[in-house]
Amino acid sequence: MESYPETHLLIRGVEINYLFICKTKLWYFAKGITMEQENEYVDLGKFLHERSYFGEEKEVQIGPIKIDFVKKGDIIEVHEVKKGKSMEKAHEMQALYYIYYLKRHGINAKAVLNYPKLRETKEITLDGREQEVEEAINEVEQIKALSKPPEPVKTKKCKKCAYYELCWV
Amino acid sequence: MRKKSLTLLSDGKLFRKENTLYFENAQGKRPLAVEGIYDIYIYSHVNITSQALHYLAQKGVAVHFFNHYGYYDGSFYPKESLHSGDLVIKQAQHYLDFEKRLKLAKLFVIGAAKNMERNLARFGAKHKFDELLEELDGCGKITDVMNVEARIRQEYYALWDETLPESFKIVKRTRRPPQNEMNALISFLNSRLYPAILSELYNTQLTPTISYLHEPSERRFSLALDLSEIFKPIIADRIANRLVKQGIIKKEHFRGDLNGVLLNEEGKKTVIKAFNKEMEKSVKHPKLKKNVTKKRLIRLEAYKLIKHLVGVQDYEPLVAWF
Repeated sequence: MESYPETHLLIRGVEINYLFICKTKLWYFAKGITMEQENEYVDLGKFLHERSYFGEEKEVQIGPIKIDFVKKGDIIEVHEVKKGKSMEKAHEMQALYYIYYLKRHGINAKAVLNYPKLRETKEITLDGREQEVEEAINEVEQIKALSKPPEPVKTKKCKKCAYYELCWV
Repeated sequence: MRKKSLTLLSDGKLFRKENTLYFENAQGKRPLAVEGIYDIYIYSHVNITSQALHYLAQKGVAVHFFNHYGYYDGSFYPKESLHSGDLVIKQAQHYLDFEKRLKLAKLFVIGAAKNMERNLARFGAKHKFDELLEELDGCGKITDVMNVEARIRQEYYALWDETLPESFKIVKRTRRPPQNEMNALISFLNSRLYPAILSELYNTQLTPTISYLHEPSERRFSLALDLSEIFKPIIADRIANRLVKQGIIKKEHFRGDLNGVLLNEEGKKTVIKAFNKEMEKSVKHPKLKKNVTKKRLIRLEAYKLIKHLVGVQDYEPLVAWF
């Protein structure tokens, strides 16, 4: 197995997620300038997480990744709980990163995205998408290494983002 | 739900029973929705149980205490939960690099002066501090900057004074204790503003002890003092001006005490009510294109400072457009 250097696998799942949402947000977040504590959407997400999937083992921390919950069957399932599908690409890449991370550590897993509000789930498998994940990892690292955040780009997403005021004031 | 500041003016007890916070006073026991509390200001004799404090710490609620005279005593400032090592280093860098520090110190004074000008225009004593502000360019020391600031303020008080009613002249700015009613009113409002700024800083990753105009060695949260330069004119002074000119605060709201003058209980209540109302008032923000409260403007000022420190955008102090 050709191995990607372990030292590079210090990225948190949410960082991969943010890469596909906003690079400015990713930079601030990675530097500890977080805003999540005040965002009502974050509260909603937490609430959803707390009130769903009773009986499962929740918040499983493995190295830098924190999995919403894990199901152990023939193959390990890592579950990620999300509110809605508007950031689907970001969710998918975050899930892929988890599977990729586990595979690097010799664990075969698949991921399931859970949308309890929509009563939907979506299965994700790595299926040769390693390169896609590695590219994302590289890009996260490049952004984190910048001395200042990338210029923000105003999109529809900004309005609901906890960093809105920081970016645009 | 927007979280609100809670002010306690009556004597009583603050305690936690199971997962509810209660305030009990002569009127009875009242549950407080902890999720809706932003911070707490205590002006009266209140017994607080450690369980209540544990709970407030867990929820990140700061509690600010004021003494018998209505002056700020100190805060229960819960363990900081928002850390950014990168930002602390940048804050320190901007302090240690003297040019960088001087630049920020001057910006706080410029912002303060512009807001004083704006007030004077509103109060009917239009004036520009251009000459004094020009002197800032030549200032190579923080003490010189401080000196210019003091002279601006002196001029400002003199001009403002001309517009004030006879019984509420400032004459000369006096503190600890204030020598007349207007001085007492200004001091009281400034005492209320400082912890409000501190509460905002608490909710950011800024370290409140690293400051630029004031010395970090002042053994206070001196970054709040830096920011208060910007906000004293547009929050505290405006409230004071309005309260006396509209006759809401009258001579009978004060009492003489230990050679000085202080607000009495009724006076304190009236001023705090006006302060809380003012902080919740919204203004349309030209850049954000949405309404923000006066309180939020303080937070936005902290964000602008963060952006300056990380090198995104040079700090431009808030100059009131309202």
